Amino acid sequence: MAVISYREALRAAMRDELNRDENVVIMGEEVAQFNGAYKVTEGLLKEFGPKRIVDTPISEAGFIGLGIGASMLGIRPVMELMFWSFSYVAFDQIVNNAGNIRYMSGGLINCPIVIRGPANGGTNVGATHSHTPEAILASHPGIKVVCPATPYDAKGLLKAAIRDNDPVYVMENTILYNDKGEVPDEDYIVPIGVADVKRIGTDLTIVAHGRAVITSLKAAEILEKDHGVSVEVVDLRSIRPLDEETILKSVRKTHRALLVEENKPFCGVDAQVAYLIQSKAFDELDAPVHRVSSIDAPQIYCKRMEDLQMPSVERVVAEALKVLA
Amino acid sequence: MAKPAVLTHPESLKHPAGPSAYAKDPVNASMTKEAKIALYTKMARIRHFEQRCIRIYQQGKIGGFLHLYVGQEAVAAGTISLLGKNDHIITGYRDHGHGLMVGMGMNECMAELTGKVTGCSQGKGGSMHYFAPDKNYWGGHGIVGGQAPLGTGLAYAVKYQGLKGSCLTYMGDGAVNQGAVHEAYNLASLWDLPVIFVVENNGYSMGTSQERSTAHPGCLAKRAEGYNMAWDVINGHDVYEVRAKTALALKRAHEESKPTVLEIFTYRYFGHSMADPDKTYREKEEIKTYRDKKDPVLLFEQELLREKVLTPELSQTINEAAMAEADKAAIFADESPDPTLADITKHIYWEEDNRGPKTTSRGTIIFE
Repeated sequence: MAVISYREALRAAMRDELNRDENVVIMGEEVAQFNGAYKVTEGLLKEFGPKRIVDTPISEAGFIGLGIGASMLGIRPVMELMFWSFSYVAFDQIVNNAGNIRYMSGGLINCPIVIRGPANGGTNVGATHSHTPEAILASHPGIKVVCPATPYDAKGLLKAAIRDNDPVYVMENTILYNDKGEVPDEDYIVPIGVADVKRIGTDLTIVAHGRAVITSLKAAEILEKDHGVSVEVVDLRSIRPLDEETILKSVRKTHRALLVEENKPFCGVDAQVAYLIQSKAFDELDAPVHRVSSIDAPQIYCKRMEDLQMPSVERVVAEALKVLA
Repeated sequence: MAKPAVLTHPESLKHPAGPSAYAKDPVNASMTKEAKIALYTKMARIRHFEQRCIRIYQQGKIGGFLHLYVGQEAVAAGTISLLGKNDHIITGYRDHGHGLMVGMGMNECMAELTGKVTGCSQGKGGSMHYFAPDKNYWGGHGIVGGQAPLGTGLAYAVKYQGLKGSCLTYMGDGAVNQGAVHEAYNLASLWDLPVIFVVENNGYSMGTSQERSTAHPGCLAKRAEGYNMAWDVINGHDVYEVRAKTALALKRAHEESKPTVLEIFTYRYFGHSMADPDKTYREKEEIKTYRDKKDPVLLFEQELLREKVLTPELSQTINEAAMAEADKAAIFADESPDPTLADITKHIYWEEDNRGPKTTSRGTIIFE
């Protein structure tokens, strides 16, 4: 099995699917000639040509809407947003059109579009470029949202997303792009809606998604080494659909839960997860469910403060100890 | 309250009523007698369907919004009558006329308005969201201008697949100030997409006249020049003219894969929707002028009577049949069942509706 980066894993997924299905097209700002603003699509133009790899103007409502329309006729567009923050200027297309057309047509029309790109804070770029809209988008029935944390999941989830007949929004993380991991060369997918237990433990369940998984795994190491606590880390991987069973199974085993996400706390993904645990595993709990999320403010520019605003290993450790107290 | 302006939308009144200057255009001259009668019949069916809807709305059986197409029939009829198997259409919320033109039945259209499971969208879309993808009709969209990028994408797909086709993307005059429309214009021209943007200019974006909503004093189609696109203006009361000029745009799409903006001057006799009392922004006299002098269905009827394609008796038969069909559709809608509580959570995800060995999604996707 090859060790490749998260970025290369995404590219490998697109290359596989471009080869597998001639209706797959890659579209977005700077994806072709520029080789990708984050080099995720590097080399694809040379390999597949300008019909398959398409540079768009800076015109998100236009080109995302165009992709949605094309998907209704059988094209499988994989649209890159340079930042998911930019989805806000295409919100009507992303939510009203892609998310509703199957429903409003009584099931007559499908919208097999993938929209992908980074959705993360922590890069010192200020509030407008640091949004994490997974909770906002996942709150709309009709839309699927996945958040890969590792190279293996990035490739497997993106391939599954491209083959999926519904709109799937893939939220990546620029800070993870250089992370390396083992990724099979052969064809595989990670089914959408299946969480992954990234670390097995017995005393506490941490539920996380995206980069918060990596933070939580580091915290788990410290909790074991310094505090003798065995922590299980559940990586949601998919926000909608949500793998409720894996979360509940882990909580029923450890009887304690800490939820970690890089979102802001209000109406975050973990608000839903906390509700799930209390409604279906209340009697299993030995302590209240706690959360760690970003401090509830627009993303601050100052790097030193932004690092404190977002969930850090130290904050996760401290909050875990409160759940365990 | 300021006095409403008189004849704020005089553009189409400049065109003289009377024999169409476009009757001899090849696209019209080549029509058989049967095709002309069929086209008139379709226009009459739209008119009577819409007028029947008013009564059902007044009976309280149609909820939400009802945007009537009465007065604008020649636009959908003229343009759609030209389309072939790789030509697609998409429009905004004033979408009944287009639906009937592509061949949707009055029953499914009427039942959708009353929210019945026998409706074209099984009671999930309503008046603004008709769909018939099997007839290349992609809706029916409620957000002003939001369909413009979609139509551009449909045209992109046609071109990508190597087909000689197009997508007619309709919108109202109110849509041309939406950003999504301008983004669609730019992409269509930049990428040479076979899309025809049809601006159905009925003079009012809801209750706001063109001069109160649009800075440029010229015609709306002229904005195409800003995107290096061809454009034309059409008298939308003359179905022959609509056909003649749309045919040129279709040729441009099919032969050169180039987009066009067509602005078609038309007029709606009723308010923006049934919720619009229609008392604040235009004079009754203006509506009467259009009804008396510019009615597209009457003008085409007169044209065909002059051509001796129609007789008064045949016209009467056609109109009575259309009224009877609309009456039957009203009964069908009345007698049809509602969707069930279980239907609320169907048709959200393809994967959920088709769970089986081929689907890959797992987990909970519809939440309690």
